This record gives sequence, C-alpha cells and structure tokens, in this order.
Amino acid sequence: MSNNVLVVAETQGGALKKISFELIGEGKRIADQMGGRVEAVVLGHEVAGIPEPLGHHGAEKVYVADDPVLANYTAEGYASVLARLVKETEPTLVLIGATTQGKDLAPRLAARLAVGLASDCTGFEVQDGEFYITRPIYAGKATATVTQATKPYMATVRPNIFAPPEPDTSHDAAVENIPADIGDIRANVIDMIKEAGERIELTEAGIIVSGGRGLKAPENFTLIEELAGVLGAAVGASRAAVDAGWKDHSYQVGQTGKVVTPTLYIACGISGAIQHLAGMKTSKYIVAVNKDPDAPIFKVADYGIVGDLFKVVPVLIEEFKKMKAEA
Amino acid sequence: MNIVICVKQVPDTETKIKVKGGQVDHTETKYVVNPYDEYAIEEGLRIKERLEEGKLTLITTGPERAKDALKSGLAVGADEAIHLVDEAFEGSDPYSTALILSKALEKMDYDIVFCGKQGVDEDHAQVGIILAELLDIPHVSVVTKLEIAEDRKSIVAHREVQGGHEVVEAPLPAIITAQKGLNEPRYASIKGIMAVKKKIIPEWNAEEIGVDKDMAGPGAAKIKFTEVTLPPERVGGNVFDEDPVQDAIKVAHLLRDEAKIL
Amino acid sequence: MFNPSLSNEQNALRDLARRFTQNEIVPIAAEADRSGEYPWELVEKAHAIGLINVTVPEEYGGGGLGHFEDCLVVEEIAAGCAGICSSFVTSSLGLTPLNIAATPEQMERFMKPLCAEPALAAFCLTEPGAGSDAASIRTRARRDGDFYILNGTKRFITNAGVARLYTVAATLDPKLRHRGFVVLLVPADAAGISLGKEEDKMGQRAASTREVIFEDVRVPVESRLGREGAGFRLVMDTLDKLRAEVAAMAVGVARAAMEAAVKYAKEREQFGQPIASFQGIQFKLADMAIKIEASRLLVWRAAWMADQGLRNGYESAIAKCFAADSAMQIATDAVQIFGGYGYTKEYPVEKYMRDAKLLQIYEGTSEIQRLVISRWLLK
Repeated sequence: MSNNVLVVAETQGGALKKISFELIGEGKRIADQMGGRVEAVVLGHEVAGIPEPLGHHGAEKVYVADDPVLANYTAEGYASVLARLVKETEPTLVLIGATTQGKDLAPRLAARLAVGLASDCTGFEVQDGEFYITRPIYAGKATATVTQATKPYMATVRPNIFAPPEPDTSHDAAVENIPADIGDIRANVIDMIKEAGERIELTEAGIIVSGGRGLKAPENFTLIEELAGVLGAAVGASRAAVDAGWKDHSYQVGQTGKVVTPTLYIACGISGAIQHLAGMKTSKYIVAVNKDPDAPIFKVADYGIVGDLFKVVPVLIEEFKKMKAEA
Repeated sequence: MNIVICVKQVPDTETKIKVKGGQVDHTETKYVVNPYDEYAIEEGLRIKERLEEGKLTLITTGPERAKDALKSGLAVGADEAIHLVDEAFEGSDPYSTALILSKALEKMDYDIVFCGKQGVDEDHAQVGIILAELLDIPHVSVVTKLEIAEDRKSIVAHREVQGGHEVVEAPLPAIITAQKGLNEPRYASIKGIMAVKKKIIPEWNAEEIGVDKDMAGPGAAKIKFTEVTLPPERVGGNVFDEDPVQDAIKVAHLLRDEAKIL
Repeated sequence: MFNPSLSNEQNALRDLARRFTQNEIVPIAAEADRSGEYPWELVEKAHAIGLINVTVPEEYGGGGLGHFEDCLVVEEIAAGCAGICSSFVTSSLGLTPLNIAATPEQMERFMKPLCAEPALAAFCLTEPGAGSDAASIRTRARRDGDFYILNGTKRFITNAGVARLYTVAATLDPKLRHRGFVVLLVPADAAGISLGKEEDKMGQRAASTREVIFEDVRVPVESRLGREGAGFRLVMDTLDKLRAEVAAMAVGVARAAMEAAVKYAKEREQFGQPIASFQGIQFKLADMAIKIEASRLLVWRAAWMADQGLRNGYESAIAKCFAADSAMQIATDAVQIFGGYGYTKEYPVEKYMRDAKLLQIYEGTSEIQRLVISRWLLK
C-alpha cells in the first residue's frame, strides 16, 4: 500500500473538467499529509493533451488509458481499467468527481474492489493515518463524518467545494500508458440527445438563478433566463415550478432535485420550503427576491429584496449589464 | 416478465432532521416510501400494462416498520412483496445492503430490477449500482425514459447527463435506477388499499437467503458514520423592503463591491 | 372496549386522501374559489381512485366502506377546499337514500351506472319556502297512472347542473306535510327539468349551487324510493347518516386554518421575534387544537354509530353543531393571527372563514342542531 492519492480525471469534449483540478488540489493536500504524492488517471481516446494541465496543477504522475474502446464512457469498461490500476498501484485514497459520470462509475468500481465508498464528500481530514470524511446527508440537512474499514479509501467529491490550485507550468507529470482492458461491456451508449444550446450544469455552476411559483406562468422563465444569461449563470427551478410542469426536472434544485453549491444563488419567487433550502443553503451568497416579507427564504439570504420580482429582476438585469460594460 | 423493485422506507422529505448523541434522532420521524422508488414502482406497473403480462415483486430490507413501504407499493398495484428482515441486517452500509438484496434476488426470477437512484435519507446513491456488480449484470442509472425491446431481451434507457440525455442499450436482466421525470406515479386506490389486507408478505431472514451474520450489519460495514452533526444555521443578512427598484440597484452593487462577484 | 386508533388500512386511506388533496386540490382551490367554475376534472381523478362513492356497496361500484372511513376522506378533502368537498358530500347525500331504501332493481338501474363512471348525484330537498322546515315543501308529485308528474322549484341545490341524478323530495299533497313525502330518482336529463340562476355565494364557491325547476316532469313509479308517505323518514335518516360527514368537513376546514396559522406564527416576526413566541398567539393556537381534537372525536363517534346501524340523531347533531361552530371560530381566529395579510386573498385563511360560515347553515343550521339536542334532553 502506497501513501499516494489517485485522482480519476474527467474530460468533456476533449478538455478536462474543472472538478479534475479541484480533486488534484485537495488530493495533493492529503497526499502531502500522508507523505505520498498525487497521481491522476485519464481514460478516453486521443487524450494526449490531457496529462499536461494535470501536471501543471500538481499531479506527479498521470496514467493514461488511450483507446477507441474508451472513447465513450461506460461504467463497466472504465471500472475494469481502473480496478486493475488501483490493484497495481495501491493508492491510499481514490478520488472521483461526484458528477453524473463519477456517481455512475464509483459504485461499480468500489463494488468490484469490494471496498467502501463515501459519496458526494465535502471535506477530508487525516488523523493518525485515518481518514475522516465529511459528507452531507438528508440533502444537507445534516452532515455525517465517515470512516472506511477497507483500503483503499474511495470517495466521490462534490464539485465547487475545493478551489482548484493555481497552475504551475514548470511542473510536469510523468506519463505512463496503461492497458485499456475493458472486459465485457453490456450497457452501451448508442446515442446522445443534446439539448438545444449550451447549458451550464447546475451542480458545477458558479452562479445560479432560480425561479419558483412566483413567476406565475412558464413563459415568465424567460426573465430568469435573461438574468442568467447576463451573469453567465445556470438556470434552476423550485420543486413547485417543476411539479407545475414549467421546467423539466433536470432544473430542480432541492432535496429531490440537485444539491448545489454555487458562489451566488439568486432565488426569484421562491418561498423557501425546507425541501428547497436543503438543496442550496450551502451557496456562498444567497440573494432572494420575493414579495412576501415573511417568506422563509429571507432567513437564509445574505441580501433579500421584498418586492415584485417582475419589477426587481429587470432592474437587476439592467444593473448587471451596466457593470459588465464598465468592467 | 419478472419485474423486481427494491424499495426503501425513508423519512418524509418534510421532516426536520434532529441530531441526538451524534446520530440522527428518529423518534418523531414520519416514514414514507423513498420518492425515487415510487418512480421505479410506477415504471414497473407501466411495463406490465404495456406488455400485458408480468409480475411485479417488491423487496425491501429494513426493520418491521419497513413493511409499510411494501404495503404502500402493493396498494398501488404490485403483485407481491417480500420483506428481508433480520436483526443481523440492521445498520448495514450500502455494500451490505446490496449484498442482502443480491442474495434474495438469487433466489428469485428477475428480468429487470428497479431501484430508486438514491435514498433521500443518507444519499449514498450506491445500492442499485453495487447490486448490478454483485449480480454481474449491467445497469443504467438516473433513468428518465425506458423502453423494452420487442423481443423483451433488452432495453433502451435514457439517462440524464450533462447537456442532455444519453441513450443506453443493455441486455436483460439489468438494473435500472429511477430518476424523477421517468413517469408520474399514480395514486393508490381505495380498492388497492383494502386488498393489501388480504396479502401475505413473506419474511426472509439471513439464513434463508444465505447471508452470513458477518456479511451484514455494522460489523461488516465498509463505511461507518462516526458522527452526525447539524450544519451551522445560516443567518440571514440584509433584507431591503423599501422601494423594489432602488433595492435592486443596491443589491446589485453590494454583490459587486462587497461580495466581489462579477 | 374503547379504542380510538385507526387500522393500517384506515391510515393508508387517510394518507391517500391527504396526498390527493395536497397534489390535486390545494393547487386549484384559490382559483376555483375566485372563478366559481366547477373543477370537473377532480371528479374524474377522485373517481379513478375511489375517493367518491365511498359508502356505496362494492357490488354497485362503490368503496363498500363505512361512514367512518368516509369521514376520514372528507376531513382531508375539506382541508383542501370545502367547496369541492361539499360537492362530493352532496353526491353522497343524493345516493344514501338508495343505500337505505332502494330495491336491488333500483340499485342496478340507478346506482351501478352512476358509480361506474365519474358522475355525481344531487339531493333536492330545500325550496324557496322550505329550509329548516323541510316538511313544508311544495314540490308536487301528482300520480298519473304509472307515473308521477313532478312540479316545483328546488333552491340552493348543490351539484345542480353538474349532477347526473337528482334525488328529489316531493309531496303528494302539501297539506299532508311529512306524511305526504315521496322520494323520487330523476335523471338530470329528464324532460321538463331546467336550471335557475347560479347562486353567487360568499364561500364554498367551487361548488355549483343553483335552482332546479321541475315542470311536468314524468317520473315512473318504479323510480320512487320506499313507500308513498315514507319519504320524510327516508330524508331524515339520510341526513342523520351523513351528518357526521358534514361535521368532518368542518374539522377539515378548521384544521387547514389552524395549520396555516401555526406556520405563519412561526414565520412572521414582529418586535424582533416570531409572533408564535407571544402568549396571546399561543393561547389562540391551543384553543384551536382543543376544539379540533374534540370535534374529531365527536365526528368519529357519530360516524361509528351510523355504521353500527344505531340511531345517532343526538350524537350527530352535537358533532355537527360543535364542529361547525368551532370551525367558524378557528377560521376567524386564524384571520386574526394573520392580521392584515389574513384579510387579503394572498393567503388562504379568509377563504376558510368564508367557507366555514356555510357549515353553520346548511344540512341543519346550528340552531336546528341545538333544537334537536335539547329535544333529546327534555323528552
């Protein structure tokens, strides 16, 4: 068993996702404490350019499985390659992003290695060589400290929690190619239905603008979208708005939707049911716009505006536009 | 078509979570069927209706009270339910839970197995996928649309991914974890509720399904909760309630100048 | 043995009704109240899962359950919207005379088709000149061979215009008063039936309330429930059997008002603290709970007696009177706790207050209930 931390890097459209750097940063911090080093692994096809930025961000070594069979992610295929690597390199901790892909992959990998897995983690502490991992439960209404009885430790990590380190272009990682031994793959991606337009993933967004029942009608979401557009933000919705059929469930923020941790969360016409608060309470800044002065959302908001959102939001749009023009 | 749905009884999402002695205090908890499992049950019912044949069996592992979750599923229209109940199962982690379910499934006929994408209590989101690995069958997670092939030997599932939906094909048997959006669960009916009274829910214990006592429960847990705490209460800040237009301008400037956003 | 706990099935039934109310009724209640348009799609949805016709025997397409179970359902639905609930309970009022007195042939002919589809009944008793004094009705049923010729006007008829079946109380001769009563089953599309003006009501506005006018409507003799002259007893027995449901509606409205008040009292801050921390508010809330719990137990007893076939005139009168008066008090106090906001349509409590008022008036006013109760005491 080494004292190294292995980061499973994730790419999209041929580039590394931000979460990969967040994992390298936190992985390095942990590895330093353990007296080990942070390593990363990349799976895919034609990923030659990927190891370099990982090295700049602190990875000492990058394992690369580059093969056409890995071009599309499959849980079974990726788990096979990674299980073999983990067995051979014996890291002390494996970090995977708690992204759509990571959440699908990690349980397969953990089960194949017969080790424990801590999901959607937000903090790591090392004491006497033992890891104490924190993770929100009940959609963030409580926080659990988790230890693992098996090695290596394995965790998926919530995006937007750890800051990616500053890159150092003088630091390079050693690259080692590993076999793309995918084994039997039964579940295959046969198509990808892309949404019209680029959409910023809620769980990875820096700014989110959400709308609720206060919008009164589905077409009024254009106002939310306009504000989000100005801020480069993702669009979210309350459960009430989703249940009313105004927005698809993939937009829902809350306990039965997405749990988000952006720097700024702007809630428009959302009263702040316990279900919703559970999904966004850990945002760094919360702004609430609601005409009901007693709406619970104001109890968690850093800045609250009591007023008609149809009056307030257009002003916000104008102000942010002006600021952008000035900057 | 043998359809098996793994259900979990969880605290109602309206529940305010309290902590006592480093653990969640459940003395006043109201339990419900895990919301994602309701989508799983509904999808099972729809498949059965579409194919005009099939059997829907619910399984759960949990204490005596978990039977209520099975009864809820029966009232909605499931054909049978099995309760995996044994003191040795209590306090199992996701891996052991999947193991218990896998041992039960090995005694059953199944073509398709559904789980909710996660339990809304401890939010591990692991059991369904681990179960697939233990049964050595494929899985598709966070599914929002599902079709069964005409020969009933494979499925095509849509799963929610960043920027759209992935379409995945997999042979049966397979595990599906259900995401909200998969369907709109129906209500139970009064007839369904009354019919549950006449149904017998068999109980299978550790010995019957071949789970050694050291394979489940806290002793076998690969992950353990050492402590549960409540996150610090977030304290509200400035609420402006004078003039909406002026207030909006103020807040925009505060975000830039104080919070340094933008 | 006294055991006021619910069985698993009864609990499940109540949860189902609660969930249905939360998801289907609460979101449309304010709009239905405002527009006064009857939300027919709810009848379809409620019918699909068996939340109407609960006490109709299973073989005729009903739930085959008792008034007790019906009361569990009614409390939940009324908590969502008393107007919608009124419509459902009135349909039971129209059907209960069949449960009591219909021949198997009449059940086959009237009950079965009605319960097979989303459909409602109406109970036509009240007239412009006959309210609390029901025996003074003037709608005439004149015998003509194998038919009755029905003439007269019924007022404040809930479900008029949306019901498929009218259960009509008529008299062979007004001079006979209660001895002249007949109860006739009349399809809503029978020739000679027309609808009068729709009442513009203070509350329970989702329910359709109109006049029903009968002009030379030919009703076959086989459509009469029970004997000639036995109609008054049948009408009174029907009202007795359903009185617990009307009381259960009051419990539902009161509970909704209390829950809204509790939630608001915890959120609303004045003088730097939630108003729930003030004793004046706490006492009001406690009084609400006391009245609701007491009302519910009275309702449960009256319904249980109805299911046991026991005469429950006294007990159901007490339940209805206490529950309705309590609901009015609780809804009024809820508005008070909400203060200025409570007086606006932004919040649901003013609706509860308007809805509650009718509970003290229809199906026997609170005064009539007191008369019934005192008659028992003084006999």
